[in-house]
Formats: sequence, structure tokens, C-alpha cells
Amino acid sequence: MSVTLVQLLSDLKEDETKKYVEGALEKGVDPARLLDEAKEGMNIVGQRFSSGEYFIPDLIYSGEIMKGVAALLESKLKEVRDTKSKKLGKVVIATVEGDIHDIGKDLVVFLLDVNGFDVYDLGVDVPVQTIVDKVKETNASVVGLSGFLTLSFEAMKKTVEGLEAIGLRNKVKVMIGGGQIDGRVKDFAGADAYGLDAMEAVKLAKQWIGG
Amino acid sequence: MEKKWEDLTASEKQEVQFQKLLVPKDPEGNEVKFQNAEAGAKYKANVTRIKDAIQMKKTPDRVPVTLFPSMFPYHFAGVTPRDAMYDYDLCVSAFKKYMLEFEPDMHIGATGPGPGRFYELLDYKLYAWPGHGVAPEHGYQYIEKEYMKEDEYDLLLMDPSFYFRNFYLPRAYGSLQGFAMLPPFTGILEMYGVAFNFIPFGLPPVQETYKKLFEAGAEAMKWAGTMGACDAELRALGYPTILGGYSKAPFDVLGDTLRGTRGIMVDMYRQPEKLLKALEQQVPIMISMGISSMQQTGNPLIFIPLHKGADGFLSDEQFKKFYWPTLKQVIEGLVEGGCIPFPALEGFWNSRLEIMQDIPEGKTLWMVDQSDIAKVKETIGKKACLTGNVSSSLLQLATPDEVRDYCKKLIDTIGQDGGFILSNGAFFDEGSAENIKAMFDFSKEYGVYK
Repeated sequence: MSVTLVQLLSDLKEDETKKYVEGALEKGVDPARLLDEAKEGMNIVGQRFSSGEYFIPDLIYSGEIMKGVAALLESKLKEVRDTKSKKLGKVVIATVEGDIHDIGKDLVVFLLDVNGFDVYDLGVDVPVQTIVDKVKETNASVVGLSGFLTLSFEAMKKTVEGLEAIGLRNKVKVMIGGGQIDGRVKDFAGADAYGLDAMEAVKLAKQWIGG
Repeated sequence: MEKKWEDLTASEKQEVQFQKLLVPKDPEGNEVKFQNAEAGAKYKANVTRIKDAIQMKKTPDRVPVTLFPSMFPYHFAGVTPRDAMYDYDLCVSAFKKYMLEFEPDMHIGATGPGPGRFYELLDYKLYAWPGHGVAPEHGYQYIEKEYMKEDEYDLLLMDPSFYFRNFYLPRAYGSLQGFAMLPPFTGILEMYGVAFNFIPFGLPPVQETYKKLFEAGAEAMKWAGTMGACDAELRALGYPTILGGYSKAPFDVLGDTLRGTRGIMVDMYRQPEKLLKALEQQVPIMISMGISSMQQTGNPLIFIPLHKGADGFLSDEQFKKFYWPTLKQVIEGLVEGGCIPFPALEGFWNSRLEIMQDIPEGKTLWMVDQSDIAKVKETIGKKACLTGNVSSSLLQLATPDEVRDYCKKLIDTIGQDGGFILSNGAFFDEGSAENIKAMFDFSKEYGVYK
């Protein structure tokens, strides 16, 4: 049996992946099917990351390969993508107010996405109100707060209080993470859990939402 | 006859640096006067304590205690980071207030906030700072981007200074756009044609850039003068600084400053050979950066903040191939030059400790953030002095008793036979003064070696 797109992408073979997709399109293979296969490949990348086989550079590189695949398929796919795939649940993610660091947050967003969650990434330096509004609007069941600096301890606490103030606190689970975050900060902020690495966010979300 | 500097061994050079610190001289070469005999004795005891801890030849009188803060001293003194950056006198007076309250055995000076107006003059893009992208009460924060493009390795490899001047600097500093128009100086060779090289200096954008540079230079001098006077004043009161400057791991030069996290990680796959060459190219540059800082300041401690080699960022194989070899060479080169490299293991480095333990003995100081400190002691700590591991959350959110308990545990477990300086593990802005006071008072008393 010949090698599949799923294998090529999950083994991070950039050139071969591109050639495969180009060849398949020429042969008239349904681009939507190719996109599904590529996503399956990304899913395997996520699994390999969680099992410790892959590291952050592998994740980032897989994202680059996926971007290339998406660029090839984009013009052929008339239908809006993503409508068919069923999502596990909604997660709102933000780096809290005052902090503009995004590397850790972006990794969490990436991993939640490849693991099938519907992720609303609000970016960095996000005010409490913006987070609260988004949770209300989307009915998300998990909120992830990121922060690299010590100022984030207080900002996380205020965000949790903001959720409390409009009666949403017991409808969502709050997870926090970032440079100096530990159990003490979790208690201080009133979060439900904290994670020391990006995979922890996926484990927590799965535990809370299921999937 | 006295041996020439270059003929000295690394140990002899380090000893010379410490002796200079122990008997400090002013710029005219006269011995520095202390405020009184007590201050002089305190100064000497502080330097000796740090020296003994770092060299690991004899146990100090007690565990040295210090703090490595970002904006904490200014918050403590009621000064916003914004004001500390723009009012140099206020910055210094706040720092002195902090010093007199906590009395660390060594300090890192009031240079942390940096000169706000200087950054503004040059339209610095790499950071957002208080009042300029972040709130006045917060510290400055790094804005990572691909300041070097993926197809520019050949340019960097050919002539790094030219690359920095003509490509990197105009992207990182809005006011240095004119640099992009300058020719390489290496083309200035013969009478014929030599004037062509200087034509760009007549162009308005280049002249505009130089005007800004003169202004920025004057501002930097003003700031440095205030900072230097602060160090001298604190020294006269008995408080030494031995921090002489900083250097970086070549991987972090490429990964933090030039290519960014995404860029360097993709380069590891798409153009590993070029990346490796660029990393090697940085080795002598980073060594001479540290050594010349030491020569300028007279202080041997060279800070090396370590970022992208932390657990999880790379696989062990990638770490061994891309991160550690050139960092090791930088550390060894700095030691050979008489410096004391001071790498900071930011975040967690548990999986790297065994790889990194092959280092010169008694010549380095390692700041430990959240790595397993006992494991660090068994590896790197066998040959090097350790500092840190008191966490930001402990200093900000715990009770003084919890802080004392943790310091006791640290001293009991890894501070028993020297080679340890008690301090926080990561630079921080917010902290409880009561907790920090508890850290100092308890450790200075409990840490006395019997």
C-alpha cells in the first residue's frame, strides 16, 4: 500500500506532503477529502506531542506544513470548511490584562484546536470584560487564562471575579497557566486548575468537557 | 615579574577580578573611600562571601542572600515603572530605598528600568514599555517577531555587523532607518573610488538617523552617569555589585532576537545547516560581548538569561544538537577570559541537567527558577554555585512563615556546604515586602555556617 497523506503530514515530511496534495488534486481527488486527511495527520501530531514523542518545534513545523496544504486546497474548496467536523466543546482562551506574552497561549490554542475543541482565542492583554462577554456570548464551558508575569496573578483573580459577578462562575471551569503559575496562584485566583505545560490544558479540557 | 593578563590561567584571572573588587578604585586609580570603617568592613565581607560561594574552595561565613528583581524595588518605593524609566534620579532614589530596607549581600544596580526617553528617541520596536504600549504601573514586555527573514542567513553569515546595521537595526528601531542605506565599510580600500562609499552620509534619511543617534547617545550617557553614581554611593555604604554585563546563548540570539520562536523552530527543519553555522558564528561574538562588558565595568559576573532550551521547547536530541554545544563554548570562553558566567535557567530544565553538568569547576553561578533544585545540586551544583528557587508566587502570595519554611528547606537541602546563594528564582515585578523581608532576615540568621 502506498504512503498516505496522514502519514506524510504526521511524519513532518513537508516536500512529500506538498507533492502528494498537488498530485492528488491533479488526479481529481476531492479536496475536502484531502483536507480531512491532513487534519487527521495533525491529530496524530497532537497525539505524538502528548506522548512525549514530539516537541514544540515539531508542532510548529507541522503547523507550517498544514498552512501549505491549506493554501493548495483553499481555492478548490468552495464550501466553508469546518462546518462538518463536530467539535468537542467550546474553550475561551486569553492572555490576561496587562500581559502581552503569547507563545504559551498560542501553543495551547493550537493543541486544543487539533484535539477537536472549538477555540475562541481572544489574544493578549485582554480586559476582564472582553473575556466575560465572550464566555456569555459563546456559552463556552472552559476558560483558559495565560500569563507570564507576576502582574497576571491579580489579573487572573479579577477575571474569575468578573465571571462570578455575572453568575457564570459555576457554569465554567477555569484553567490557568504560564511562567510563574503554580498551585498557590491557582488558589489565589480562584481557578479550578493550573497546568505546567500546554498538554495539561488539553487534558483538563477533555476531563471537563469529555472527548 | 608580573605575568601578563593573557598569560594568566582562568583561575588566576578570576582571582585578579575579585581582588580588584575587594580593593575598589575610582576612575583616577585611587582607593575608594567608604562612608566609615564599618561600611568598608561590610563591603569586604559581602564580596568575600559571594566569592567563597562562587569559587567553592572554602565555605563562606554564611549563606549569601540577595534578590534579582525587575520592577519590585520601584513598586516598593512607591514609584511606577513609568516614572523609574523617565526620571533617573527618582529611579536611583527608589532603588536606594529598597537597598537600605533589604540589604542584599550584592545588588544588580538601578539599571533594570532603563532610560525611557532613549528608547523613545530611537523608536524602539522590540519592547512595549510602561506608558508606551503597557500601563504605567507595569514593566516592559518583549514583542517577538521575525526581525530577521528566513532567507537572510547568507547575509548574516557573510558579515554579521553589516547585517545588524543594515537589516536588523532599521527593523528594530524606527529611527535607524537611515542605516539601511549605508554601504559596507569593508569596501573602503583605495584612493580611487573611496569617496563613493561616503555618499550615503550626505543623504537626508542617513543624516536624520545620525542626529537621532547623537541625541540617544547623550541620553544614554546621562542615564549611565546617574546609574554609575548610584553604584558608587551604594558601594561606599558597603553594598557591592559584581554584575558586569550580559551575554546570551547563541540559540537564543537567533531565537529571541532575530528569527523568533516560530522562525528558529522551522529553520531547524528547513535549513539546519545554515542555522548551525549562524549559531557557531555567534560564539566568539557572545564571548567578546561578555569580556568587554567586564572590562568596561570592572565587574566579572556576566548574566546569561536562558530561554528556548527549557524543558519541552526542544527534544533532548535537538537540545544536544542546536542549543548546548554553542552555549557551552560561550560559557567556557567567558571563563577563559576571566568572567563568571551567570546563566539563568528560566522555567524548568530538569531534562537538561545531566547534559549541562560538564562545566568548569568553581567558575560559574547558575540561577534556578522552578527546576528540581535537589537535582540541580546533584548535577550542575557539583561544580557550580547555585542561586534562586524561591518562587514568585511564594514571595507575592504566601505568608512570611511559609517563606521562612521554604528558605529553611533550601538551606538545609542544598546550602549545607557552600556553593549556594539564596535568592528568588525568576525576575519579578510584584512582591510582598513583608515576605521578602522575611526571606532576608531569616536566611541571614539561619544561614550562618557553623
